[in-house]
Amino acid sequence: MSWTRYAAPQRFYPLAGRAVPWFAGLALLLTVVGLVIGLLIAPTDHQQGEAYRIIFVHVPAAWMSMIVYLVMAFWAAVGLIFNTRLASMLAVALAPTGAWMTFLALWTGALWGKPTWGTWWVWDARLTSELILLFLYIGFMSLHASIDDERRADRAAAVLALVGVVNVPIIYFSVKWWNTLHQGASVSLTKAPSMATTMLAGMLIMALAFWMYCIAVALARTRVIILEREHGTRWARQLLGNS
Amino acid sequence: MNWNSVGEFLAMGGYGLYVWGSFGMCALVLAGECWGVAQRRKALRELPLDDADDRNELNERPLHEA
Repeated sequence: MSWTRYAAPQRFYPLAGRAVPWFAGLALLLTVVGLVIGLLIAPTDHQQGEAYRIIFVHVPAAWMSMIVYLVMAFWAAVGLIFNTRLASMLAVALAPTGAWMTFLALWTGALWGKPTWGTWWVWDARLTSELILLFLYIGFMSLHASIDDERRADRAAAVLALVGVVNVPIIYFSVKWWNTLHQGASVSLTKAPSMATTMLAGMLIMALAFWMYCIAVALARTRVIILEREHGTRWARQLLGNS
Repeated sequence: MNWNSVGEFLAMGGYGLYVWGSFGMCALVLAGECWGVAQRRKALRELPLDDADDRNELNERPLHEA
């Protein structure tokens, strides 16, 4: 027995079913802790006042928008190269979650930009490349939906996802490579964080909460996609018949 | 604790619209996404199951290929 055993949708389905409640529970718990720290305990920022509290949802959503894309592209590539159906299903299941994370990053960014920069939107490198990320997710989903044959749709969408990977480092390094209105990274592996400890703790806990949420909802969606695609098989019919 | 009253908490130092507009949209989107997955799962019941009986036991190809 090895991990490849779970590449079979039939075996992955119950495994994912057991995992979803754990990730969802963790997401809920971390969200409560993160919100208590972010909204009640963390001090007021001396420059931005209370407006800075948007960071507790903005940064997690922005991080996940990029991480989900990389994971999606990884599974799309696995599906393309090894012709494994489950990998492609995972990629397809991740796309809407990534698109929503990107939307939330842009939305909360606009609501943060207005009071701090005086504008909802500017066409600078960070904001524009994040908007392109949203278009890449939408393109991936539209292309997949436009092709009837599922395996052909998987392959075409995978190529698009892989081409789009180049955008992720552009988003991440945009604040370094270009002169942008967007502030630089608040957290990096090489420097001490430029924020108070409670602020940092709240932000990291919220980021973890978003991470757990994305795993839970993507796995739940993968289970639905498995049944949609496999409903002609005997095991899926039995499951659907009993539900 | 930074807040002396609920009103002060909701006002967010004058940035209430921006802060709650952000947190509110996140809550709405995450709840909406979960609802969407649950709806899609419910829709699985509408998938054709009646063709099942006339299929050979050894034939496990998906219906749309059969």
